[in-house]
Amino acid sequence: MATAHGGTSAGTPKAKSPRRAHAPAAPSRTPAAAHDLDLLRRMLLIRRFEERCVELYSAATIRGFVHLYIGEEAVAVGVHQALDERDAVVSTYREHGHALARGIPPEAVMAEMYGKSTGCSHGRGGSMHLFDAGRRFYGGNAIVGGGLPLAAGLALADRMRGEPRVTCCFFGDGAFAEGEFHETANLAALWGLPVLFVCENNLYAMGTALAREHAQTDLAMRAASYGMAAWAVDGMDVHAVEKAARGAVESLRAGSGPHFLEMRTYRFRAHSMYDPDRYRPKDEVEEWKRHDPVTGLADGMRTSGLLDAAALEDLEHRVAEEIDDAVRAAEQAPEEPAEDLLLHVTGRHEEAQA
Amino acid sequence: MSTRTRPRAHPDDDTTTYREALREGLREALASDDRVFLMGEDVGRYGGCFGVSLGLLEEFGPERIRDTPLSESAFVGAGIGAALAGMRPVVEIMTVNFSLLALDQILNNAATLRHMSGGQLGVPLVIRMTTGAGRQLAAQHSHSLEGWYAHIPGLRVLAPATIDDARHVLSAALADPDPVLIFEHGSLYNAAGTLDPAVHQVDLDHAAVRRQGTDVTVVAYSGCVSKALEAAEELAGEGIGAEVVDLRTLRPLDDATIVGSVRRTHRAVVVDEGWRSGSLSAEIESRICEQAFFELDAPVERVCSAEVPIPYARRLEEAALPQSAGIMAAARRVVG
Repeated sequence: MATAHGGTSAGTPKAKSPRRAHAPAAPSRTPAAAHDLDLLRRMLLIRRFEERCVELYSAATIRGFVHLYIGEEAVAVGVHQALDERDAVVSTYREHGHALARGIPPEAVMAEMYGKSTGCSHGRGGSMHLFDAGRRFYGGNAIVGGGLPLAAGLALADRMRGEPRVTCCFFGDGAFAEGEFHETANLAALWGLPVLFVCENNLYAMGTALAREHAQTDLAMRAASYGMAAWAVDGMDVHAVEKAARGAVESLRAGSGPHFLEMRTYRFRAHSMYDPDRYRPKDEVEEWKRHDPVTGLADGMRTSGLLDAAALEDLEHRVAEEIDDAVRAAEQAPEEPAEDLLLHVTGRHEEAQA
Repeated sequence: MSTRTRPRAHPDDDTTTYREALREGLREALASDDRVFLMGEDVGRYGGCFGVSLGLLEEFGPERIRDTPLSESAFVGAGIGAALAGMRPVVEIMTVNFSLLALDQILNNAATLRHMSGGQLGVPLVIRMTTGAGRQLAAQHSHSLEGWYAHIPGLRVLAPATIDDARHVLSAALADPDPVLIFEHGSLYNAAGTLDPAVHQVDLDHAAVRRQGTDVTVVAYSGCVSKALEAAEELAGEGIGAEVVDLRTLRPLDDATIVGSVRRTHRAVVVDEGWRSGSLSAEIESRICEQAFFELDAPVERVCSAEVPIPYARRLEEAALPQSAGIMAAARRVVG
């Protein structure tokens, strides 16, 4: 696969690639239309789920650090189109979107935010540590860059056993400055490991702008220097993301070693619910909101005649119901008993009695 | 750095070195389980920084005896990932000082993932590393930081002090469902002895009483066990019966064996090559005081490394470390 570099990472995304051609008169039952509707539903679920998280956090119902993905939904949803259940996913602390896109039920994610027994980490992890071993979703890592070496190891195990699986590792532009990224990129390229590096470049490492943390802000170009295919993608366009991810995963499964996708994206909300967001201009945020991946897809579908107001309303209604159900289930779920505090520290139970 | 040795240093007799015993443990694990592989800096073509894995590359090939870049965090983390995926990786880190470059992975991932995932994940990873002083390697190759690791819930921490333990520690470690750190004392690699044919495994749950005595319990581990035994031998000549307890497992500590011995002898000396402040010796002394305070006939004594970065010069290094003379002096004080 050719290595391509985009221009500077700063600023708003380039003009979007043309939308898929849809016959304007095509009913929404064509495969392409159904696919778009599915993408929209998945992104909308993440968006509305997190908006509910804001309400619940503001009401002090859920606590801890809560990092919202709002604005970046196209990355999680688009990339997951290229993955299947064989594959592994390693994520960050801003991972509600990745977890939902992976198929972890909203009620399990919401219950985890509530710290309940039915949470996907049994209340031990919270917002930053969502896990689902059955879905090969390996967290939920709140050490910036800390998941990258794990991804290399998961991929190494697959390589050693001859399994045609891919490990997808999400991380951000902040993690790109960590030694663990550079150590892992080198190791993965050196050993030809099937790792899909998905760098969510949202232009800020917490409050530090890209150009204030990187001497060279073209992250795809720097990743390519490790000898892996690397290119930048408009991360606000779910179709562009899906296309790039499918190409990379196909190449990965064919054994061509790690791939790096720099997803140029933006978070519309502050770094976390705790963050007063003093470090970026309001008009910059507003400018990026014009590239909202959810409304962008919905508008495109509407223009193509694939979505009308009634259909969108129906979709919104179904998503809202799903989230209502998740919240209701989380509220009703049992607390993890304090007597179980020392469970899951070791696989041997005797130390739990200490 | 130690000289490299041939796979069998003593072809004409029955003795085995600590290094050879460790290598036999590796060979056995690699031969018996396809999921096991060894990964680390210079474990392959070089034969291991301290010669432990010499010859294994030729026997098991580069996929399973895997040389890594100098990227401690990446290859330790890769070991964690491979363990999550069902492999049984053995990762070698050259020295405990270098392990600090991987401390994030060891603490924040290996030790934590099981709990943080609500018990869904386990990390059956073995990390081997060299610890300790005594070879004039100065302050960045000589420290004893195993006590730090013994602080961390989720880890098992081992310190084989004998040839038999070195031979069998790995199979026991690989049977553990959690991350296990094995600390190999650098000054023991050339220690030679005869393997006990009756010993086929190491009991990781129990400390070992290496010598029995009735007057004072000397608790030691790793490179200090032989110093404690030397001291006990000398003390016997003075009529003091010292019981030497080799911790063998630093986490979880075997309170029953430690405190049981102290209940018999009523006196204790704790020997630790780590620095005294906040050390494993402090933890052991606390547990003795918590569990057997009214059975003590004297305050517990500690013999630890001086609170100084380990210096290069031989005289200074020796002065910085616990020595048998210091152990004897402490034993005499508690016996009165």
